[in-house]
Amino acid sequence: MTACHDVTDSPVALAGIRRVALIGSPNAGKTSVFNHLTGLRAKTGNYPGVTVGRSVGTTTVDGVAIAVEDLPGTYSLDPISPDEQVVTDLLAGKYSDIDRPDALVLVADATTLRRSIMLVGQVLRLDLPCLLALTMCDELTSRGGRIDVEALSKALGIPVVPVVGHRGTGIDSLRAQLTSFERWQRPPILPPAGQQAVGAWGQSVLDAADYVAPQPDRRTHRIDRVLLHPLWGTVAFFAVMFYFFQILFTAAAPLRDGIGNALTWLGGQVAGHVGNPVVRGLLSQGLIGGVGTVLQFLPQIVLLFLLLAFLENVGYMSRAAFLMDRVMAKTGLEGRAFVAMLSSYACAIPGIMATRTLPSSRDRIATIVTAPLATCSARLPVYTLLVGMLVAPRTHWWGLSAQGITMFLLYLAGGASSLIAALLIKSTILRGDLLPFTMELPPYRMPSPQALLAAMWSAAKVFLRKAGTIILATSLVLWALLNLPVREAQTRGLSATDATAYVMNHSYAADLGRAVEPVFAPLGFDWRTDVALVGSLSAREVFVSTLGQVSAATNPANPREALAALTDEHGHRVFTAPTVIALMAYFVFALQCMSTIAVMRRETNSWRWPAFAFSYMFALAWVMAFAARSVAIGLGA
Amino acid sequence: MCTQPKGARDQTGSVIVLAQLAPGRRATIVGTIPQANPNVTNRLGQLGFRAHARVDVIRRAPLGDPTIYRVQDTELCLRRREARLIEVVPEADL
Repeated sequence: MTACHDVTDSPVALAGIRRVALIGSPNAGKTSVFNHLTGLRAKTGNYPGVTVGRSVGTTTVDGVAIAVEDLPGTYSLDPISPDEQVVTDLLAGKYSDIDRPDALVLVADATTLRRSIMLVGQVLRLDLPCLLALTMCDELTSRGGRIDVEALSKALGIPVVPVVGHRGTGIDSLRAQLTSFERWQRPPILPPAGQQAVGAWGQSVLDAADYVAPQPDRRTHRIDRVLLHPLWGTVAFFAVMFYFFQILFTAAAPLRDGIGNALTWLGGQVAGHVGNPVVRGLLSQGLIGGVGTVLQFLPQIVLLFLLLAFLENVGYMSRAAFLMDRVMAKTGLEGRAFVAMLSSYACAIPGIMATRTLPSSRDRIATIVTAPLATCSARLPVYTLLVGMLVAPRTHWWGLSAQGITMFLLYLAGGASSLIAALLIKSTILRGDLLPFTMELPPYRMPSPQALLAAMWSAAKVFLRKAGTIILATSLVLWALLNLPVREAQTRGLSATDATAYVMNHSYAADLGRAVEPVFAPLGFDWRTDVALVGSLSAREVFVSTLGQVSAATNPANPREALAALTDEHGHRVFTAPTVIALMAYFVFALQCMSTIAVMRRETNSWRWPAFAFSYMFALAWVMAFAARSVAIGLGA
Repeated sequence: MCTQPKGARDQTGSVIVLAQLAPGRRATIVGTIPQANPNVTNRLGQLGFRAHARVDVIRRAPLGDPTIYRVQDTELCLRRREARLIEVVPEADL
């Protein structure tokens, strides 16, 4: 198997132990039950050969470990989507390297039992040991419904355990049952086959259990009357979006600055205490610099995951998707893709991970390969630098700050291009779709802090593991390229700044920069810019710090001024207006981020889509940068 | 279906498609139109849009599409394209 190593090692590690799978419809509370059973130790990855996420964890009962698998949410065992195909194949034992589960825990929402009883009937026909975990029983009663759990258990012929997913009530008795699945009661007669017969069977079971369906949730209706109102709903939507980014950028900033200061201090300590200049540079610039980049990203990313989890769990995300569906439909995508696109304005990685909520795998891939065009926050420092070099701070156009307008245009270019790219991709290589657009709007519910923390942690873990290691490794390599080979003999007697400049101009990075120079020469980039471009593959803002390192040799106090005045070997200015414009265009479009590529690989389960995304975005970036530069030169800039 | 005269539409007892039912109205599903893709109608059936089920039209999105329906104790939204596949008989105004 060539799938992600996260998965390949889990069946090995779990070989020989008993396996229980959770099965249920989307929104039944399955993930919440899974998190309570397994804690936060679940392994995540993909099923072999498909873009469908897999989570496996373990739970321990009386010292015996049991593997618990959270199957993708499914409405039925007659598969329509790839997610449902996975469930059907796995239960049929069609995967050679994943064993058929020994027992099944059905998870069903007591408030929507009339619908999910059909799935219960289909699953019972598999004739595996089965237990029904009934969630939201408290909500059923509070909304005027009722059910006799014992009678339900008798009518179905299997054990039924009521659980309150978000509070964890009933989880202990569920866990206690897991060891003894051989002794679970089995239905004496299996439910009938065929949709109509199952329907009649389901109705008789619900009648026997004295089931009364709940009333519509009045609170949800009152909230929806405002939040989905043509006028107030639109106002509320934009307010939510505004505060989403406001919180993201303002609340994370002090933490990021704090981390930055701490690392600068640490770097200073290292510089003061390590004698060997190479080791000192490697530690203070390479290692601490690299860790610093990762850590400075972290508060914002974690906060983003927290906000997304909150909006999702409270029920607003599906409302936002409902409001935006018409707009997204124009690109061939659907409302839920909007959530992924929105997150990508902070960072493409959570955006790509948010595509898991899309039921259609074509939509999922189309969103994944276009999300990185959205203006992520790592582009911001790059744009700030470039806009600063292009437009003087106090210039005004039509009474507005010229810098502000330029920045807005850059954001607009990113947003528009991601939608246009989605439209093109959905109408060509990913055309056609079997799945109709359907989306549940669950009642508004206050999520428990544990559920939010669990969602945040599992996402942050992926970021740290995938993005963290790549950013760190690239920083170390980049440091080595910029500072090696050691030129002790040549720099003896030079001042510190001149010595740094000499080492950089004769470093491996300089060789590399000159090697790729022909590719970027038509865009007006010189080898120093090329080095910074290569370095920014680890994270775009590294472009700023690398240019800083390359040029700061001359004026460490004000690297921006030094950059603007930087000249090449022939005395020409490096950053002329057309070149800066070309750089801006390049950064709008290029997939200049290894972490995004790694997460794309993980989510699509192949190198094909990340390779496609990198290539088309590079081609687009090059062409647009060339065009922008030519136009700028033509206009006499 | 869509070319019916206005008076015949949305009348108790006659079969119309779900997309024609106005927000606030309730109807009983009688089936799907024969031309519909069976994969799509199967999915709609799994979600609760099956014969004999009652459906309430809750509200339309501000941009006119999709529309939220309540069927089998859940609220979910469909686009007009899918709502055109479901045949319903409207109930009398309450």
